[in-house]
Amino acid sequence: MKLRLKIWRQQGPHAAGEFVSYETADVSPDMSFLEMLDVLNETLQLRGDVPIAFDHDCREGICGSCAMMIDGVPHGPQKSTTVCQLHMRHYRDGATIVIEPWRAKAFPVIRDLVVDRGALDRIIQAGGYISVATGNAPEANGIPIGKDMVDRAMDAAQCIGCGACVAACPNASAMLFTAAKATHLGLLPQGQPERSHRAVNMVRQMDLETFGGCTNFGECSEACPKDIGLEVIARLNADFLQATLKEREGA
Amino acid sequence: MRGEVAAVPRGWVVAFYGSTIGKKIVMAATGVILVGFVTGHALGNLLVFSGPAALNRYGELLKSSVVILWIVRVTLLAAVVLHAHSALSLTRLAQQARPSRYAKHATQASTFSSRTLRVGGVVLLAFIIFHLLHLTTGTVHPAFSPTDVYGNVLVAFSIPAVTVFYLVAMLALGLHLHHGIWSAFQTLGLNHPHLERFRRALATVMAVGVSLGFSLIVLAIAFQLVG
Amino acid sequence: MHLDPRVPDGPLETKWSDHQFDMKLVNPANRRKHRILVVGSGLAGASAAATLGEQGYEVLCFTFHDSPRRAHSIAAQGGINAAKNYQNDGDSVYRLFYDTIKGGDFRSREANVYRLAEISANIIDQCVAQGVPFAREYGGLLDNRSFGGAQVSRTFYARGQTGQQLLLGAYSALERQVRRGTVTVLPRTEMLDIVVVHGRARGILTRHLVTGKLERWVGDAVVLATGGYGNAFFLSTNAKACNVTATYRAYKKGAAFANPCFTQIHPTCIPVSGEYQSKLTLMSESLRNDGRVWVPLQAGDARQAQDIPESERDYYLERKYPSFGNLAPRDISSRSAKEVCDEGRGVGPGGLGVFLDFADAIRRLGVDTIKDRYGNLFEMYERITGEDPYVVPMRIYPAVHYTMGGLWVDYNLMSSLPGLHVLGEANFSDHGANRLGASALMQGLADGYFVIPHTLGDYLASTKLETVDTDHPAFTTTETEARNQIERLLAIGGSRTVDSFHRELGKILWEHCGMARSEAGLKRALELLPELRQEFWSDLRILGSGDELNQALEKAGRVADFLEFGELMCRDALHREESCGGHFRVEHQTTEGEAKRNDERFAYVAAWQYAGEDKEPILNREPLTFDNVQLATRSYK
Repeated sequence: MKLRLKIWRQQGPHAAGEFVSYETADVSPDMSFLEMLDVLNETLQLRGDVPIAFDHDCREGICGSCAMMIDGVPHGPQKSTTVCQLHMRHYRDGATIVIEPWRAKAFPVIRDLVVDRGALDRIIQAGGYISVATGNAPEANGIPIGKDMVDRAMDAAQCIGCGACVAACPNASAMLFTAAKATHLGLLPQGQPERSHRAVNMVRQMDLETFGGCTNFGECSEACPKDIGLEVIARLNADFLQATLKEREGA
Repeated sequence: MRGEVAAVPRGWVVAFYGSTIGKKIVMAATGVILVGFVTGHALGNLLVFSGPAALNRYGELLKSSVVILWIVRVTLLAAVVLHAHSALSLTRLAQQARPSRYAKHATQASTFSSRTLRVGGVVLLAFIIFHLLHLTTGTVHPAFSPTDVYGNVLVAFSIPAVTVFYLVAMLALGLHLHHGIWSAFQTLGLNHPHLERFRRALATVMAVGVSLGFSLIVLAIAFQLVG
Repeated sequence: MHLDPRVPDGPLETKWSDHQFDMKLVNPANRRKHRILVVGSGLAGASAAATLGEQGYEVLCFTFHDSPRRAHSIAAQGGINAAKNYQNDGDSVYRLFYDTIKGGDFRSREANVYRLAEISANIIDQCVAQGVPFAREYGGLLDNRSFGGAQVSRTFYARGQTGQQLLLGAYSALERQVRRGTVTVLPRTEMLDIVVVHGRARGILTRHLVTGKLERWVGDAVVLATGGYGNAFFLSTNAKACNVTATYRAYKKGAAFANPCFTQIHPTCIPVSGEYQSKLTLMSESLRNDGRVWVPLQAGDARQAQDIPESERDYYLERKYPSFGNLAPRDISSRSAKEVCDEGRGVGPGGLGVFLDFADAIRRLGVDTIKDRYGNLFEMYERITGEDPYVVPMRIYPAVHYTMGGLWVDYNLMSSLPGLHVLGEANFSDHGANRLGASALMQGLADGYFVIPHTLGDYLASTKLETVDTDHPAFTTTETEARNQIERLLAIGGSRTVDSFHRELGKILWEHCGMARSEAGLKRALELLPELRQEFWSDLRILGSGDELNQALEKAGRVADFLEFGELMCRDALHREESCGGHFRVEHQTTEGEAKRNDERFAYVAAWQYAGEDKEPILNREPLTFDNVQLATRSYK
């Protein structure tokens, strides 16, 4: 296969970026999208061009490192699939592909397709946990948890923190990410004591990180490689409202 | 600021409305009030098809208690102001949150109504101001009578430009309701999967019903099927 | 070098509890005066950093990822073992201990393994309390499944994403400590070297991957939790960034490297599809619970799977190992797959693959049950190969997956370099010559949550540490060396990319130090590797500079270490003239092709000591004594 790639190149956080076009031949349909970029990078280096920087690691769709906008869609055209698991058999010979980084104020570009997603870590720091120090835990089977409940918690817990939801959202909101964690913990009995504080604190941090607000476009869930549903957002909304109405101090 | 650790803000009202979710909840709650109002307004207006007596009697009824009238007016005004303010600040946040745009951005899941919500909102705000000056105070009405509601509307929609503006506004209203009603359920946390089909259907029925109801009146008068 | 494993006296069952009492403690008020440098943020690193932070130490946690949550522990699919005996099928701490020792082919230390089995139950409690959504029965209690090498169901799992959920649990505990101010996480910061002052590990040197800045960090102890070295083979199931640099640098600074030839080849991976292949994808071993492994009876049978009648199929694992069948341990399953492919009976392109067939299980249990158990794995397979495993059998082939070898540590997880502690896959301690499925997660978390927080305290309380700052000459020297290496890499200006060297290294190691090793092959590899290393240093091309994000430069540093380390692996494999676990020497097999261990000569840990540039490393032996289990020939028939 032959492809024409238009890729965002930006030397550093403060440099101006631009799109650069590359032609690639010898693309095999069995290659993954990142392997296609690997091959392009090999060619670039041999002809003396600095290779394209992109985040990637596990290449199994679970670490959440890889992140790029492909033809205007986070992670590319295949639903429920990260870039590393997207294969070239989904493209036609001769296709033109536009590749650019996640764009959001909260995700500044570091270089080329690499962005800083530290904001997501800081949202977790604000309350995305159950406070249990090592050694404090009661017997694991002490609290039975219904299978349905744990399955729903697991659906939300699958989030890989890639940031596709932010990238897809017309408001650049991190609501799906935040809500997925709040829902995962909020559905489980262990997560109840901190549920209100968690909702308020995580939302406050999310807002401080300069993400936009959620207005229910629904693009996030569609872009999510782990199919996390909009239901989690409704839950966080409700938790936040209840926390405001119920909590006695500082909310 | 990015990267900053949140300090606890003073006062729950500030904390609540200061957050993006708080704004969204205010928008949903005021939206519910406004949906109730437009629905009642549309049903009442349909009395135009029962003739001048029915419509004018209805107009008098609404004004029978000054106290209630002003409570309603103030509530509605507050709802509109809060609705618009929360919308405006969320829009501004969204613009700030993505300073550089994508060269290519394909929408996948969002509805046409959700994407036109902001533009439609501006149209509606302009419409509300015009409408109040037009048929409530009569300031921009060519032959306004405080008692003859029926006569006022007949005159109003005999002018084609006014008719067109009203129809455009009603289209915006329909789209606004289509996303807004569904979205309000989501924002208020009412989204059990059992509700999903119901809230989608409700949003569609309300959107079509209300905007069509109003538009029929306007069209009927414009084409002189009434009066 | 004297290797003292410092195993406590007393009966196996009470060693750990007695030891916990015997160890010295650091007063809670004094803990914040001790700074601990934790390198790595996977299961072992994150759990250690979080727990040490909870205890009140000042912890710095370094990761080369953009977030600690990306560490490769996240990709573990199958599950985590624990001796809870919830299934009432006869499990116990002793049985888990025994299975692990036997699974490791009697090349691990009894006391360490027993402690691991003992702690396993606490891990489950801890993780559940953190909100890890382990699978549950309808009654609300925890579910288990069985895994290779065990005849009980003791594996806890969260769909096919157990590693992810456990890591997110440890990560959330870590981030909680960040918020509390006890832990500082330094992302995109790669450790380049250990700094040794007066014979103790007192600091590290890092490179900030975005700015290229070299930074010096001083601490009272260094904890390495930097994973395994499977990527020496280039193609492995490891994440792309996994590397040996941290442990290899520690080795060069005086920590002994134990059993580097003990590498695990996982039997169920998706076969290679082409030369561009960048990594191999694992299909969880749990698939072998319901999938049946087979190849055609006849060599060169090119028919589609569904066209081959039952009578012309060879379910070779069920045939050869009737009592364990498709659940035979990893090394045995892998080697069997290689054997049938060597006989020309392999399937798929290139003949390097065997079928893993779910047709029977789908008939017996229905598609829904299979989907519930393995849905995400089936989807992943289809995404990669374009084939639907509900309809046609999966094709699998072994791939490098885990490395049992690692830095030598004593019972307290301290390496032979005082002050340097090593956790998880980076150490050698618990899995002997072969690791059982679902035991890596167990070990990483045991080390991080429950062992190091106690043993590190003992080190700090019983050691007089002098005040050291980053201006110490040892820091300056280390930084100069690191800077020189970076400049040297950038200055070569040759004609080959770093990946091309890495790929070539991988081919040499896979060919000669892979699933089957021979004296001639290993000797050949020991000739090829120095040549390749020389070519690397004369013909490498790295563009860009050292003071910016430069991913090729990062890789080059790692590959430079892999090139040296590959020799150590081959040397270790050459010296160990026996077959055990993942190490199979073709000269040492039974007439049936089974591994032949030699307990008289090789019941020891081979701990290699660095002797200097271009000098042969020194072999130190820690004899393994088995007081509680009988050394037996491993049989899974």
